[in-house]
Amino acid sequence: MESVALIINLAYVLAAGLFILGLKLLSHPATARKGNLVSAVGMFVAVIVTLLDHQIISYHWIILGFVVGGAYGAWKAKSVEMTQMPEMVSLFNGFGGAASLLLGWAAISQQTAMSFHLLSHFMLITVILTIVIGGITFSGSVVAWGKLSGRMGAKAVIFTGLRELSIAHLVAFFVVGYLFVNDPANAVLLTLIIVLALSFGVLATISIGGADMPVVIALLNSYSGVAATAAGLAVGNTILIVTGLLVGASGLILTNIMCKAMNRSLMNVLLSGFAKPVEAGEKIEGEIKVMAAQDAFYVLEAAQAVLVVPGYGMAVAQAQHAVREMQTLLEENGCTVEYAIHPVAGRMPGHMNVLLAEADVPYDQLYEMDEVNPRMENYDVVIVIGANDVVNPAAKEMKGSPIYGMPVIEAYRAKTVFVLKRSANAGFAGVDNPLFFKDNTRMVLGDAKDTINTIVREFGDD
Amino acid sequence: MENIYLIFIVLLAAFLGFELIRKVPSTLHTPLMSGSNAISGITLVGALAASGTDHDVLTTILGTAAVALASINVVGGYMVTDRMLGMFKKKDRK
Repeated sequence: MESVALIINLAYVLAAGLFILGLKLLSHPATARKGNLVSAVGMFVAVIVTLLDHQIISYHWIILGFVVGGAYGAWKAKSVEMTQMPEMVSLFNGFGGAASLLLGWAAISQQTAMSFHLLSHFMLITVILTIVIGGITFSGSVVAWGKLSGRMGAKAVIFTGLRELSIAHLVAFFVVGYLFVNDPANAVLLTLIIVLALSFGVLATISIGGADMPVVIALLNSYSGVAATAAGLAVGNTILIVTGLLVGASGLILTNIMCKAMNRSLMNVLLSGFAKPVEAGEKIEGEIKVMAAQDAFYVLEAAQAVLVVPGYGMAVAQAQHAVREMQTLLEENGCTVEYAIHPVAGRMPGHMNVLLAEADVPYDQLYEMDEVNPRMENYDVVIVIGANDVVNPAAKEMKGSPIYGMPVIEAYRAKTVFVLKRSANAGFAGVDNPLFFKDNTRMVLGDAKDTINTIVREFGDD
Repeated sequence: MENIYLIFIVLLAAFLGFELIRKVPSTLHTPLMSGSNAISGITLVGALAASGTDHDVLTTILGTAAVALASINVVGGYMVTDRMLGMFKKKDRK
């Protein structure tokens, strides 16, 4: 039987190696798809070899669970719209957390009255960690999913006593956790920990507004990995520990990138619901210059270099395919077209890139903020579609602004800026945008898709 | 001693994770997240033992539910990531 254990562990090492190789291949778009496949092979190896374990004697429950879960997952993967990716990732974060929670619970429920005495403190503490992190991930993700999919209001929910309630939860985790370690057979304590974890997850996410959801998804992504690691420690399975940490690190890095891109600390985002609303700083003086889509076409027809700055509004208007069409026409007209993607554009990290990829925009025409800012003067026209805060010069100019200090795409330095917008209102962060009042800015009001289509038609008539 | 060994693995894996993922370009961050959804489905491995071994009814139910949830992540995560990555194309195909 020793040799079986050895084979299983060797296969786990192989699987971990494949996961690592898969992530390494993910560092370039040309090899990324292969990387995903390599990672999937790693998962296959890990699962198959686990099934060889002599302790597993019945397969019908495993098959039932796998068929039900696999079918749902496959259906979801096939049917999801790319605009809905943030909701799906959020939901999957939640499933991951729930799976870890159940695993931690099962590690206790399988004990008999005799075997409880044999459990080490280390094991019991890791079980609590698994249940707490898994539970928070699950209920927090469900709230995030609700907010992102519009099933819940996106606004931060604040009520008096929220802060005290949160602190009470933290204290309760320690007290109940301590009691449980000393009395692991007590089912009431176990239930209490599960309930506390679930309610804390809700409390922690319900007070965060919709604009900060990208940070929350990335963080919950990280938690789902950490929960798997904790579960691995609890049941003594090394592949769970290693793999969970890869996910944990990934989520944490993304969280950090998002926070930096908003010039805010993680604490600031997580406690954002508690902050007082920011008073509007200086009032911006000036006049907005509106331009019709037909006139915008004449400017574009003469342009040599165009930069497109998309935001979530582009996805809402489903304008990405029309933008792609316009790009082809501009390129046939001898104009270069590039895209600038701000790290927090869209509802999750990299969201705009996927939406543009779906519309057939080549990924080597997408640039990061730091790549386009130094050469902004070279663009004849910058077209801002459904983005607002990420191009807001107030971040540089207005000390009193709530977004002051946030790195932005400095569209105002281009020769001409077109802002495609439904109306001239403030953006998601509720901040006035001085860009709209600049001399070189023209507002093209109306539905972004209609506006682009009008321009495309003008090209056709030419 | 066993626990020290586990903590050692934790440290190394965390370090490796940070080094690997720092190199993923921002254009691939959404596939990275859905891909890590899939990888975090590794809980499946732990769940298999809980649902397939000879345990009481509660453990079997918990294990089977965990298998189902983890399978959603594994199957759905890999498939949707593959679907997304298939859309990423380089210029000059024509």
